[in-house]
Amino acid sequence: MKNYRFRFLGLLLILLAVWLLNISLGSVTIPFTATLSALFGQSVEHTSWEYIIYNYRLPKAITAILVGGGLALSGLLMQTLFRNPLAGPFVLGISSGASLGAAILLMGSTLLGGFLFSDFSLVIAASIGSFLVLLVVLLVANRIRDTMALLIIGLMFGSITSAIVSVLAYFSSAEQLQRFIFWSYGSVGHLSWNQNWMLGGIVLLGTILSILSIKSLNAFLLGENYAQSLGVNLKRSRLTIIIATGMLAGSITAFAGPIAFVGLAVPHLTRQIFNTMEHRTLVPAVFLYGAILMLFCDTIAQLPSSAKVLPINAITSLVGAPVVIWLLVRKRKMLF
Amino acid sequence: MQKEVVIAKNLAVGYKSKKVARNIDFVLQQGEFCAIVGVNGIGKSTLLRTLASLQPCLEGKITINQIALKAYSFSKLAQKIALVLTEPVATKNLTVRELVALGRQPYTNWLGNLSEPDKSQIALSLKTFQLESLQSRKCFELSDGQLQRVLIAKAMAQDTSIILLDEPTTHLDLSHKVQIFKLLQKLAHEHKKTILFTTHEIDLAIQLCDKMLILNGADNPFGEPCELIEKGCFSNLFPSEMVTFDVKTGSFRVKK
Repeated sequence: MKNYRFRFLGLLLILLAVWLLNISLGSVTIPFTATLSALFGQSVEHTSWEYIIYNYRLPKAITAILVGGGLALSGLLMQTLFRNPLAGPFVLGISSGASLGAAILLMGSTLLGGFLFSDFSLVIAASIGSFLVLLVVLLVANRIRDTMALLIIGLMFGSITSAIVSVLAYFSSAEQLQRFIFWSYGSVGHLSWNQNWMLGGIVLLGTILSILSIKSLNAFLLGENYAQSLGVNLKRSRLTIIIATGMLAGSITAFAGPIAFVGLAVPHLTRQIFNTMEHRTLVPAVFLYGAILMLFCDTIAQLPSSAKVLPINAITSLVGAPVVIWLLVRKRKMLF
Repeated sequence: MQKEVVIAKNLAVGYKSKKVARNIDFVLQQGEFCAIVGVNGIGKSTLLRTLASLQPCLEGKITINQIALKAYSFSKLAQKIALVLTEPVATKNLTVRELVALGRQPYTNWLGNLSEPDKSQIALSLKTFQLESLQSRKCFELSDGQLQRVLIAKAMAQDTSIILLDEPTTHLDLSHKVQIFKLLQKLAHEHKKTILFTTHEIDLAIQLCDKMLILNGADNPFGEPCELIEKGCFSNLFPSEMVTFDVKTGSFRVKK
């Protein structure tokens, strides 16, 4: 294994820089020195600045790190498990499951008798949705050895979900539809400290499971038969990897909405810097890179010094899609 | 005394819906170089996959190092049997050394860190297969023959008493076929590994193997190549209107 210490140090420094940039920029202009002194617990000229930084910008930056890192990591897990460069958290149907849960809550609540609506019930509905889809995928995974079949089943779940969502959309009011559409734009800016703790806990668990899977992930690079011949318990390893992905992608989509392209593009971008398939290097590198990209995209989405906020999903797609095309054109084929 | 490494007794292999081959009996000693031959679809690969525990055996018993195959866990079996398959490795973006190093997985810790003995085993495998100069190349840069050597080196790095290979010489030209056969023979005789492989190169197998197993859909004869020739086992392997077996030279002739 090559020594990538300097590149990791570089990534950490960039992460720190983007994090500071993200916190110091926003719709209200706060001088950089004031931001710094607020972060170090010193008094600031205006108490409103302190309030904005502590209760709005800092939790938002933390959410962005968790969302970017977690989605990128789940993308890496999927790409290795399916040995397919185009796999990502969307492909397994996890994100569509969350969308389905959110859609039923936001647009079908009149059908269900209309229960109390809050931000938290949205999180619960989306989690249940992604968890149910994951459960079905797990059941299928135990019966079918072939991961390509699993991939296609995940895609089919996506189609079923979007079909149900459009039926629901047809029957719902304009206001309900608007709510759902806003959720589907994705956002990292509305999480409270408590919600951040919860998301952080789940992302941490998913990351630990990923780290425990590093050895079997490396074996999966050769294919499932070779992996088994190297002593990997296929069923158990696949289960661990799928559960880790479900925890990462499911919880993130539940809290921040479906955020496209981070899971797909970041593993490829990371391999531009770390030219290796070794997961001991890739797992931490992909997490860092995802966090950096998400903080960067969020900084753009905030449109510094204006009161408007762009949908984060649009920004990640605008950044992610050209990157994938560029990689394809330059390398001719997507090396996995 | 020689050690009986692989014992197959009254084996039937295939799938639940369809038995592919039955009545398979053979015993392999330590350090023996053995080929499985037969026409397409007779069950050579299925037998190999069954021996590697990639699919369950339908009837009979397989014993590996005096212990039943079924009694092994995946991780214990990985220290006894190494595998080289016909399917291409899923990613060719690994370097030669990284791929060979994966062979050490049954022995490494939970994170897969290589210890000093692991590293020296990898170095030995790379040296044996003359891959030292290629070790930092990516696998997609290699020719078919080089890639096959890398996979066999991975199997050697796995440090098992048995190596199973599925058609290791397909897609190779004659000289590379001979090269792979010779390397495998050397691995069996000098490093005391029991090597069992499927092949369509019957002429080469007759010249170089210690034992051969002929799958013919009936009694599946097993023995030394000379014995099998004397018994006339090769003569009706293929339809006689197409090719005939020349007992004197030990090779097949196309009928004109």
